[in-house]
Amino acid sequence: MTLSGKAPKIGGLGLYAVFYLAFIYGPVLFLPLFSLNDSTFISFPLKEFTFKWYVEAFQSERLMASLFNSVKVGVPVAIISTILGTLAAKAITRYRMPGKTPMMSFLMAPLVVPGIIVGIALLIIINRVGIDLSLWTIGIAHLPACTAFSLWIMISRLEGFDRSLEEASLNLGENAWMTFWRVTFPLILPGVIASLLLTFTISFDEFILAFFLAGNEPTLPIFMWSQLRFPAQLPPVLALGSLILIASFVLVYFAEWFRRRGTHLESSSGV
Amino acid sequence: MVDGTAPKAGSVSGAGTGRPGLLSWWRQLYLRSEGVRGYSLLSPTLLLMVFAIAVPLLLLFVASFWTQHLLDITPTFVFDNYLTFAEKDSYQKLLWRSLKISGFVTVLTLLLAYPMAYFIAFRIKQNKLMWIILITVPFWTSYLLRVFAWKIILGYNGVINSGLLTLGWIQAPLEFLLYNQFAVVLTLAHAWAAFAILPIYVSLEKIDRTLLEAATVLGDGPVMRFFRVTLPLSMPGVVAAALLVFIPTVGDYITPALLGGPKGLMIGNLIQLQFAKANNWPMGAALSVISLLAITLVVCAFLWFSKRVRTQNL
Repeated sequence: MTLSGKAPKIGGLGLYAVFYLAFIYGPVLFLPLFSLNDSTFISFPLKEFTFKWYVEAFQSERLMASLFNSVKVGVPVAIISTILGTLAAKAITRYRMPGKTPMMSFLMAPLVVPGIIVGIALLIIINRVGIDLSLWTIGIAHLPACTAFSLWIMISRLEGFDRSLEEASLNLGENAWMTFWRVTFPLILPGVIASLLLTFTISFDEFILAFFLAGNEPTLPIFMWSQLRFPAQLPPVLALGSLILIASFVLVYFAEWFRRRGTHLESSSGV
Repeated sequence: MVDGTAPKAGSVSGAGTGRPGLLSWWRQLYLRSEGVRGYSLLSPTLLLMVFAIAVPLLLLFVASFWTQHLLDITPTFVFDNYLTFAEKDSYQKLLWRSLKISGFVTVLTLLLAYPMAYFIAFRIKQNKLMWIILITVPFWTSYLLRVFAWKIILGYNGVINSGLLTLGWIQAPLEFLLYNQFAVVLTLAHAWAAFAILPIYVSLEKIDRTLLEAATVLGDGPVMRFFRVTLPLSMPGVVAAALLVFIPTVGDYITPALLGGPKGLMIGNLIQLQFAKANNWPMGAALSVISLLAITLVVCAFLWFSKRVRTQNL
């Protein structure tokens, strides 16, 4: 906070911003760096440049199976949570309902309760009901938090556009359903795409819930966790981890760009 | 977040087609009441939250009064687990340490984030969107990998040690880097950075710029202006950021498990242990309930304190 005291000098604060970005991005860059290094030890000095860990990663059946499991969970979770989030956001932004504020807090709760506590709560109830742990249980565990994120994204999207467009459509004789499809949906489509991409990324990368609720089919984060204990297994995990980081960076960058386009930020940013 | 003054969604056409029976009654109700329409749209999401969050948390609370012997869980209402917690110093110490570590993380994250949020809100004129995205993107990506990156950096044969050895600046690897509370605090502060920046940025962005001009015209220098206008007006964002960082980090499992070592373990690791080696699920449930209570207490105290500070300043 002392730094902002010196605010008028653009230089100092700008320099800080650069350091801050380096702090955020720097550590993560060591993963791709060592994934290209021809040594099982993750340390300096660097040896030869190699792609062999990437080849090894793609040849590992268990690794590929867990990657596929994560996709199998992530895709339906993204679709369902985005549908639920969009419906709920429409209800909250467009209808006068009693008890709206406490309802919102309730729907956002999954974002605040520590993941480990949600995980064991679900584990206990699933165990008592007598359901076997599987990819299904992981998917169910991912839904509340993903839906809450989707709701959050869709509310800001729905609040962001001119409501009189919908009213005009209704006044001109379209019914509520057609108004949604022909007016509202095209306008919130960027938000929908952003929500799909972000909820998929969250589910795909989620560890702690899957850690408690995985059966004998691990998702990718669970598989990577199990490999972290064996130093010899690390380089292929680094290779795949690097690919995932790069893929999610690209995915999320597009999602954020979609999401924030056309909202209030645009006017001040000139993008 | 939500204004309660949503305008009418417009009357839906075809109201009052007289089909008899329950269906017609429901249809009448649906068309007449905006609340009913809203809640029908909301109901699938509501059902999900009830069955996947509320009911499990309720059962967790109930289960914290059960007992377990080997594999058999006895669902009778006793206070054994809570008494165990009251007796075991090691358990209490772990909870206390978790709150302390999260407190440090929160303060560190806020101190690091504030100037950055300030920079984006006041100094960046073009491409603000790009800066915001640049800050938030890492937050969405794999938490496990981001934490693991720190293990690579701080490890015995890690980036820092092997780098310094190669340069000849040290003779033997530094052992104090990894497996302690410092490593946990640093890693968590890094992992949760984006969470703190956004709320602070939003509240800074909302500040009416004419207030700053007024302060300048009335003779405040930049420093006085910051402490008397900007900082107080951005407090809602700071408070929100503090909660967003503090609450989830108390229960963190990955970071202390990977980087904490025995001295850096937190309550999340103890809870997990009850579901693994210790095999005492009800004890794990009780520890979770105690953690949630402790978090709630700290949060309430913090909110009360920040409210008091703010009202005194006004």
